[in-house]
Amino acid sequence: MSIDRTTAPPIVDAVNFNLQLKPYQSYTLRNGVKVYAVDAGAEDVLQLEWVFFAGNSLEEQNLVAATANFLLRNGTSRKTAFQINEYFEYYGAYLNRACYNETASITLHCLNKHAGELLPAVKELIVDSVMPAEELAIYQQNMKQRLKVNLKKSDFVAGRLIDTYLYGEKHPYGKYSRVEDFDALQRESLLAFYQQYYVHGRLILFAAGRIPEHLFVQLDQHFGDLPNQPVEVPVAPLFPATEKKYRITNDPNGVQGSIRIARPFPNRHHPDFLKAQVLNALFGGFFGSRLMSNIREDKGYTYGIHSFLLNHIQHSGWMISTEAGKDVSEATVAEIYKEMKALREEPVDEEELLLVRNYLMGSILGDLDGPFQLIGRWKNIILNNLPESYFYDSIRTIKTITAEELQALAEKYLQEDDFYELVVF
Amino acid sequence: MIQFERFTLANGLRVIVHQDLSTPMAVVNIMYDVGARDEDPSKTGFAHLFEHLMFGGSVNIPEYDEPLQMAGGENNAYTTNDLTNYYISLPADNLETAFWLESDRMLSLAFSEKSLETQRKVVCEEFKEHYLTKPYGDVWHKMRELAYKVHPYRWMTIGKELSHIENAQLGDVKDFFFKHYRPVNAVLVVAGNVTTEKVKTLAEKWFGDIPSGEKYVRNLPQEPEQTAARKLTVEADVPLDAFYKTWHAGSRMEQRYYTTDLLTDILSGGGSSRLYQSLVKEQKLFSNIECYHFGSTENGLVAIEGKLVKGIKPEDGEKAVEAELTKLKTELVPENELQKVKNKTESMIAFEDMSVMNRANSLAYYETLGDAAWMNAELPKYANVSVEAIREEARKIFREENSNTIYYHAK
Repeated sequence: MSIDRTTAPPIVDAVNFNLQLKPYQSYTLRNGVKVYAVDAGAEDVLQLEWVFFAGNSLEEQNLVAATANFLLRNGTSRKTAFQINEYFEYYGAYLNRACYNETASITLHCLNKHAGELLPAVKELIVDSVMPAEELAIYQQNMKQRLKVNLKKSDFVAGRLIDTYLYGEKHPYGKYSRVEDFDALQRESLLAFYQQYYVHGRLILFAAGRIPEHLFVQLDQHFGDLPNQPVEVPVAPLFPATEKKYRITNDPNGVQGSIRIARPFPNRHHPDFLKAQVLNALFGGFFGSRLMSNIREDKGYTYGIHSFLLNHIQHSGWMISTEAGKDVSEATVAEIYKEMKALREEPVDEEELLLVRNYLMGSILGDLDGPFQLIGRWKNIILNNLPESYFYDSIRTIKTITAEELQALAEKYLQEDDFYELVVF
Repeated sequence: MIQFERFTLANGLRVIVHQDLSTPMAVVNIMYDVGARDEDPSKTGFAHLFEHLMFGGSVNIPEYDEPLQMAGGENNAYTTNDLTNYYISLPADNLETAFWLESDRMLSLAFSEKSLETQRKVVCEEFKEHYLTKPYGDVWHKMRELAYKVHPYRWMTIGKELSHIENAQLGDVKDFFFKHYRPVNAVLVVAGNVTTEKVKTLAEKWFGDIPSGEKYVRNLPQEPEQTAARKLTVEADVPLDAFYKTWHAGSRMEQRYYTTDLLTDILSGGGSSRLYQSLVKEQKLFSNIECYHFGSTENGLVAIEGKLVKGIKPEDGEKAVEAELTKLKTELVPENELQKVKNKTESMIAFEDMSVMNRANSLAYYETLGDAAWMNAELPKYANVSVEAIREEARKIFREENSNTIYYHAK
């Protein structure tokens, strides 16, 4: 039997899928702390995340929030950093922490048979961290060394600078770490921050995996007595740069330019946001996008080029990012603007629009696979204070947005003059 | 326990089916038994360049990515020194699209001059982005050349130098394809919301008539045992001195592999690991330090690398590292410390196995090594490692005459 290899087998258009986001269960601890949980998956594993409103928007001095978050694991009045690490590692658990702009978190991944041993140990970090002076000194020294290495990398330098153009150096989204900021850190201010934003701070809990039967009782037992006081995240004023175009030499012998082109963009509550995500996919959001097809697959100027909407709660931004050969960096910048122009001047044809719709739907379907992904979507909705229908609004936008709407959006936002343009060589 | 079924087509293509009805997706994973170790020493980087060309259109399908995206799918690929792997994730309803695409590029590529020209440039940019513009980016090129004199592990997957990639010709591409990309040298894994019956039908339909090809018999020059320590000093425009040391270790198929894996975990990989606690926290000689092994199919390397605290000489850092290694060679590791790294391994495997994609990838990997069922036999092999075996392995590996050291000095 010979088969026809030139014709694609019939497909079900992903755009016709009826995607569902598995709802969360929610509980309230006796102190008012909300717990959001998604019970799913086949493996006996658990992910727990303690989210505090302790991000860098709340600090008065640069790096205090990030450092306090880092040092949570480095000593309590009863255990040294070594003992804490040994304890979690003995149970095969991964204990991570991360500091963002509004929030900072502690994340625990473990086999759920060990949750009972691990929860009290996390509690100890939240109420009894002592941030030993010696641990701080080691952190300062090692972070300064790491910073010096990073400053040699053009992509690192470019990432810092483009944020300052968009938001200003004083804004939480624009500020960055300097050697002198590490030097200025004092144990007392870290402890004060810790007291205010962790011990007495505002907490939300997210749980995902095969949720053990007694988890909520255990969470209430260990975390239901925290003060959980209200925290308001201040709204910082923006200081965007006035100059739009920058060329910077970081390494005169470098062989590539780090290109960042970005404009301010409203946050997820703006009616254009969901539509812009579709336009972004078409522009530079996936392998089949205009930027990738032209600048990588046709011209070979770069290993990869991407556009994306920045993941910020208050103000987003629309960014194009790539590392391109030094001699073709300017040509790459010109091609990026050409692609913006094409989106403004020509409506996308139905075939390409269907491709983008199917790609986005297929990729969401794939991403709904697994408890950690599901809770991640809910966390995004909850922390951004979005309506619960957000997921379905997003699906509806992907399914129904028209070529005319996309063109109007490009006309509104993809204007060369609105973008900051930076190449770091 | 990962369940699977296995059958072989008449042309020698091995097919594994792993059903998971909890996902609406399907994964199609094809692993080819070819990696950078199979390259001609004057044409290195070829296996990886070739991986890029696999996306440049096949004999009947001019565009690979677009029909897949239309079917709501995503794909990627990677090349290592040992193997090349291609994987697709797509809605299970559209499974046949993946069979159509993958079988056509196994049948034959389009061998387009334009695609070769573009991907040569793309890979050169990848080379620059990852190995030339990053501080310390060239160190593993140098280390491989220092540690291996004969075996093709002496070059990196990306290639020895840019010129090898720049000079790649279409003729080389064709030869490489028909030598390595044949059904008899490949393993196909289909996982997710699928049935064995359906996979059988689709595999016969799309892959059944592809000529079998000749089984590639690997006959690589073996690295002779190293008998004297090798040292290299590099000066470069980097902000900090760095220390790199490697030792020859065993291969993937030996029980030694599991001992070595746990041994490196005892040394590094967590806040309570020995090197971190002793050298970063207590003695403050390094700002970071890591120990790992390459996990390669043939005899691999164990590596320790770290950046020194400003003012500390690499020689002094090295002495302190050696003191930690001496402890492992002379004293038995406490039972609970070994249990800790075993527990960590158990939990890591559980987290990895959460994703259908990882399960498909692992099944293909073990089948390429010899038997997919080995995937389910890993935990007992770790459990069998004793504290005596750890000491024995440390004695075998951490010998000065078995070592290669690079001091990377800041100018």
